Amino acid sequence: MLLPLVAILAKVDWAHFGSLITSEDSRAAFWLSLKTSTFSTLLCLLFGVPMALVLARRNFPGLSVLRSLVLLPLVLPPVVGGLALLYTFGRRGLLGGAMEVVGVQVAFSTIAVVMAQTFVAMPFLVVSLEGALRTAGQRYEVVAASLGAGPTTVFRRITLPLVLPGLVSGAVLSFARALGEFGATITFAGSLQGRTRTLPLEIYLQRETDPDAAIALSLVLVVVAVLVIGFARQGRSAL
Amino acid sequence: MISRRLGVLGTFLALFTGLVSACGDDSDGSGGADKTLTVYAAASLTKTFTEIGKELESQHDGVKVEFSFGGSSDLVAQIQQGAPADVFASADEANMEKLTGDDLQADDPVDFASNTLEVATPPGNPAGITSFADLAKDGVKVVVCAPEVPCGAAAVKAEAAAGVTISPVSEEQSVTDVLAKVSSGEADAGLVYVTDVKSAGDSVEGVTFPESSTIVNTYPIVALKDSRNSDLAQDFVDLVTSDTGQSILEEAGFAKP
Repeated sequence: MLLPLVAILAKVDWAHFGSLITSEDSRAAFWLSLKTSTFSTLLCLLFGVPMALVLARRNFPGLSVLRSLVLLPLVLPPVVGGLALLYTFGRRGLLGGAMEVVGVQVAFSTIAVVMAQTFVAMPFLVVSLEGALRTAGQRYEVVAASLGAGPTTVFRRITLPLVLPGLVSGAVLSFARALGEFGATITFAGSLQGRTRTLPLEIYLQRETDPDAAIALSLVLVVVAVLVIGFARQGRSAL
Repeated sequence: MISRRLGVLGTFLALFTGLVSACGDDSDGSGGADKTLTVYAAASLTKTFTEIGKELESQHDGVKVEFSFGGSSDLVAQIQQGAPADVFASADEANMEKLTGDDLQADDPVDFASNTLEVATPPGNPAGITSFADLAKDGVKVVVCAPEVPCGAAAVKAEAAAGVTISPVSEEQSVTDVLAKVSSGEADAGLVYVTDVKSAGDSVEGVTFPESSTIVNTYPIVALKDSRNSDLAQDFVDLVTSDTGQSILEEAGFAKP
């Protein structure tokens, strides 16, 4: 597991490392990646939290089908996800025509990148949070409700604190997955500096002409990933 | 519940191993070849070289030709790292020079075909593109290759030759990515090779432009020094440059070098 990482470290051109990762292309890609991943994580929270609550707390026919559907992007090759998004939101896609009438064009925009990232990253949040919700159980919620607390108070004062570690690590994992997203992005959003070319796409492109830059940027992604994982563990034990 | 899940898992595993072993059987079955020639060739040569490979197999008993098609620069990198290739065909001279720079060739590379750029539009040409200059018009969504890859380098030259500056909505990794964005109707136009438009059939329309004649990509081919079938490798190179090979390439839209 460690060997490929060591290989990257060994291959990095340390003398030019600074200039390689601070070139204009690299910086544009880095900031775009951070920005889009942050947005996708917020969207994951917005849609994923209600989804996880439904999956963990409700019981209705078709629930297991719904769960499978939510988890689908986890096992789907990202390229397939990108194609699915393209044929849904693309110009000639299922909803594309209607969206064009309203004046919204998603293709080749930063929005498309965020959509692709949210699509692949959301299951991480849902799985993580659903697990936490199930482990926490409903006993305290029932007690609080019987003592006269309304649903909002119960959620805010009981449920949320109980599942916070799961929520945080789910959000961090989603962020990390969004940061590394490649296949769905290149299929659905294209690749243009500052707009849709995120760090993984930049690495893939740099490899053509400047392998040193590609390796230096890869190391940046590895470091960010390690930080994110460390942060998730720290957050978990602190909470 | 658990046992049912395990059952499902087992079924999947059985299916998967079935598939894997089926693949194994297949390669064993169609094998029986005494010699295998491995050709690394640019992705744009997929159709033509597969046909030329079949031709070589029919000429030599017990010979099997295998291909690895990909971006020329990827293929060079793999060969430099010791990939077991016998022949290399590049979509441009720059990548062939990387290979000869490392002295990996058995003989001097031979130019065997050339390709020029063409504008591809979705069927019906919804944006009404008729010239290269139309690509710079406001509101026209143009997709090109990134300048880092051969087709993108050619696109930059075409812009210079035509004195037109295109602001693309996307710079793709390969010419096939550009074609996919055009044929799906996502982009109004894309810059690709003449041969790509031809092989895409009805899914795109081609718009030729006079400036393209000044930008010609030449395809060189070479047998490699480390080949274990050097005679066969040279036979393949000879076949590509022979009348048979040339007519297959011409059929696909390639021009003479």
